[in-house]
Amino acid sequence: MSDKQTKTSREKYAEVAYYPGCALEGTGHAYNRSTKALGKALGLKLKEVDNWNCCGAMEVKNIDPKLQTYLSSRVMSIAANKMKMDVVMAPCNGCYHNLKRAEWDLQNDDKSKEVVGRLSQKAGHETYQAGQVETIHALDWIKDGIGEDGLKARVKNSLKGVRIANYYGCMYTRPRHIFPEKDAGAGSESTSKPHFMDDLLAAAGAENVDFPLKTACCGGAHTLSDSDTSTRLVANILRTAEAAGAEVIATECPTCHSGLEMHQIRAEKTLGIKTSVKIIYFTQLLGLALGLKPRTVGLQENVSDSFAYLKEKGLA
Amino acid sequence: VNAPAAHSIADIGGRLEQLIGQPPDPGAAAEMLTLGEEILEHWVRARGKEPTRDEREGFRLLALHRQGADKDPSFNACRETCRELAYHYNLLTLQPDHEDSVQRARMMALVANHLYLFISGKMETEQLGEFCCSSKPIRTGLTGGVDGNRSAQ
Repeated sequence: MSDKQTKTSREKYAEVAYYPGCALEGTGHAYNRSTKALGKALGLKLKEVDNWNCCGAMEVKNIDPKLQTYLSSRVMSIAANKMKMDVVMAPCNGCYHNLKRAEWDLQNDDKSKEVVGRLSQKAGHETYQAGQVETIHALDWIKDGIGEDGLKARVKNSLKGVRIANYYGCMYTRPRHIFPEKDAGAGSESTSKPHFMDDLLAAAGAENVDFPLKTACCGGAHTLSDSDTSTRLVANILRTAEAAGAEVIATECPTCHSGLEMHQIRAEKTLGIKTSVKIIYFTQLLGLALGLKPRTVGLQENVSDSFAYLKEKGLA
Repeated sequence: VNAPAAHSIADIGGRLEQLIGQPPDPGAAAEMLTLGEEILEHWVRARGKEPTRDEREGFRLLALHRQGADKDPSFNACRETCRELAYHYNLLTLQPDHEDSVQRARMMALVANHLYLFISGKMETEQLGEFCCSSKPIRTGLTGGVDGNRSAQ
């Protein structure tokens, strides 16, 4: 058995290759900032992937899925072959999904292997081989790298009284076949009712509400081509969260997060649907619970203004 | 051959909006489930198929979802929404006197509405079904026609 196989999640996740992806350098910058701050506070190390590229996201995938597989494989190749890392952590659902998909393609599709091999050779880097790295989400990183007990022990400002609807979006668990580690028995994440974010925020003292749209589509893919559909979908998610008793929607994806924020404003303007639920990254909430300052977790970068609310709760 | 869905897409949306706007009615569980089935029927028909009468796990809704997702994996983005709808139907009908029934009915209406919004939005984007907005001729002109150069999802 290799070292890689015998290491526990705690050991493996203590230092991971960090793949922020394009969104975390733009609209999702608060997520980038809070993820780094949270890792530092928890003693988990991040080594940003050298010279990383776009994962292929939606645009490239729609034109040529094999090119997307190559782009994602290049990120994993750098982490594995250049940085000698075992684990890549991607906080963005889109990046996480695309790296997992590329991993699956390279294990199961000869044509993908051939294209990735050819393009890697042309680009002058080592070809990524399936299984060289494990791709995880920021939720896995905290959940398995620290755990609820570890988190509880570090909480300085409990999230007690903060009523949260946890919104995972539709890319974190779909399609199920690219996430073989999910639905794998006790302790694993569920694809139908994900709970890692619920577990972590509950460990920090928050009160999670029963939210039936935690994996529902927010229309993120159509936000530019068909904004009205996105606005209607987001408005329904927001009012469902409020009807469930939530004061906050916790997010774990920059695209979902900015979609919820932007369309919350647009829903009021174009549909007359006003909601006041706050939209906050789970990393920001956990950071505040650990005693980090609002600015340290980038609260000022959110469009959804939650300062007054968090102040009232003794968190800001 | 099945009879067409009893309500138009717009009527389904209107009725759901009505249900959301009024005090929640646990007795409307069957109607909300039927509205969910009807919106799925619209989707299946718009793609040139006959809606199934089969059931999966005791629900026609789930069989219709599966039929609707055939050769269109992106449609699975509403899989859990369908399952939540079935779940809330079960809660309301198996425990009609439960203290949370009103809240459950409220949530079921919002879940059904999400299914409606997802499918009607998807049909509009893919230029399927009964949508005839004034911009459609412009869109079809730009894209080379409905049956022309539509990109795969």
